[in-house]
Amino acid sequence: MNAREEQTLRKAVSDATCACIHEAEVFLPPDVKAAIDVAYESEIDPVARGELANIRANIQEAERMNLPLCQDTGIAVIYMTVPHCYPLAEADLREAVCDGVRRATLSVPLRPNAVHPLSRQNSGDNIGAGLPPIHISEGPELTITVLPKGAGSENVSRIGMLLPSQVNEIPAFIVETVLLAGGRPCPPVVVGVGIGGTFDLAASLAKEALLLPIDSMDTYETEICTAINNLGIGPMGLGGSTTALAVKVKKAHCHTASLPVAVNIQCWACRRATRKVGA
Amino acid sequence: MKINTPLGDEILTLRAGDSVLLSGTIYTARDEAHLKMMEDGIPFDPEGAAIYHCGPVIQDDRIIAAGPTTSARMNRLTGFLLDAGIRCLIGKGGMSEDVAASLKGRGVYLAFTGGCAALAASHMKLAGVFYPDLGMAEAIWVIEVCDLPLVVGIDADGGDVFSRVNTRARERYDEWIHNRV
Repeated sequence: MNAREEQTLRKAVSDATCACIHEAEVFLPPDVKAAIDVAYESEIDPVARGELANIRANIQEAERMNLPLCQDTGIAVIYMTVPHCYPLAEADLREAVCDGVRRATLSVPLRPNAVHPLSRQNSGDNIGAGLPPIHISEGPELTITVLPKGAGSENVSRIGMLLPSQVNEIPAFIVETVLLAGGRPCPPVVVGVGIGGTFDLAASLAKEALLLPIDSMDTYETEICTAINNLGIGPMGLGGSTTALAVKVKKAHCHTASLPVAVNIQCWACRRATRKVGA
Repeated sequence: MKINTPLGDEILTLRAGDSVLLSGTIYTARDEAHLKMMEDGIPFDPEGAAIYHCGPVIQDDRIIAAGPTTSARMNRLTGFLLDAGIRCLIGKGGMSEDVAASLKGRGVYLAFTGGCAALAASHMKLAGVFYPDLGMAEAIWVIEVCDLPLVVGIDADGGDVFSRVNTRARERYDEWIHNRV
């Protein structure tokens, strides 16, 4: 591959990243919009109905104006699938993604959210040491998925290193996480859960669970979701029948002596978008 | 009910759970702006003023997106504002018992729907800025609002929707746990 071809590939990755971020920030996925509609239609509390009406009006206004749904445009968490023997090196792919994030910061526009953890100095372009997180796995095609993650819901997420004897207490840990969060994460939330793996893998699984479609749940997820909604926290913590739109669980095998459980909370603006590079 | 800034004693009659439409001037302030105002003083007339917990997206002097941020982060940073005459805090998610106590007899906490940044922006015009050096999210933006739809989260009489909802949620959680075992 010559330098010109390499340049074209880098540009394609940067373009796809930028377009993907734009789509995720402005347009909610159809399954999420449908879940919010169901919540609105089933709600009887007048304050809760008002909150859900505002959310629906906001979704329409963002689409009409082609502007971000929320001023917390988040941290762009990136997932890539890369074919075996792809001609661009991993470092080049990462740099091309960062270029796409910088361009999206100006064009969408995004709020510059990336700061140094101690000095709190803002980098101005949503790029910094370790940011954005880019998760690369092998796949048949080069794809980019963006999950813009806001801080309000991220800040109330939890990880528990439970004991192997506490398998039956996992639902309680998850429901308690939502209880402690109250209205702070902008409910109705989507609850991403990672069970098993290691300390770090459980957290990764919990975030990946937020990429799953929320139009279906298994019995385990449904039981937990029902328990959460029975708490009555409601939209924005002002009371009501919908506190969670869905609970999604991902699992991994873990050490026989441990049981990590991670709960990643996502606000109602469950933003995600995927693009095939060059498509 | 419609209310306008600067706010006066009319807000003392509002009750937790009421819906209001707010018009007038509001000032955005997050963590960094609170810390700076504590040190340097409040750069605008605080009498009857409204603080908005928000870090907007601004482009070319235009408000692009301006929904509320989580108010609880400002729990420990709010007392001096109320002492200076500020009558209204706007945000999402509610505030602590201490803040609710400080609001008694003088001010209210109004909740705006979290994440509704595009809807908020459609009710707003940018009027100025203090502390631009704090950056886009943390600066104090002066915003003119027209009929911003809000819910009274905490009233001036100790009524607090969030604490009522949280207490009930805790009871229901305990009951669920009890019945599971």
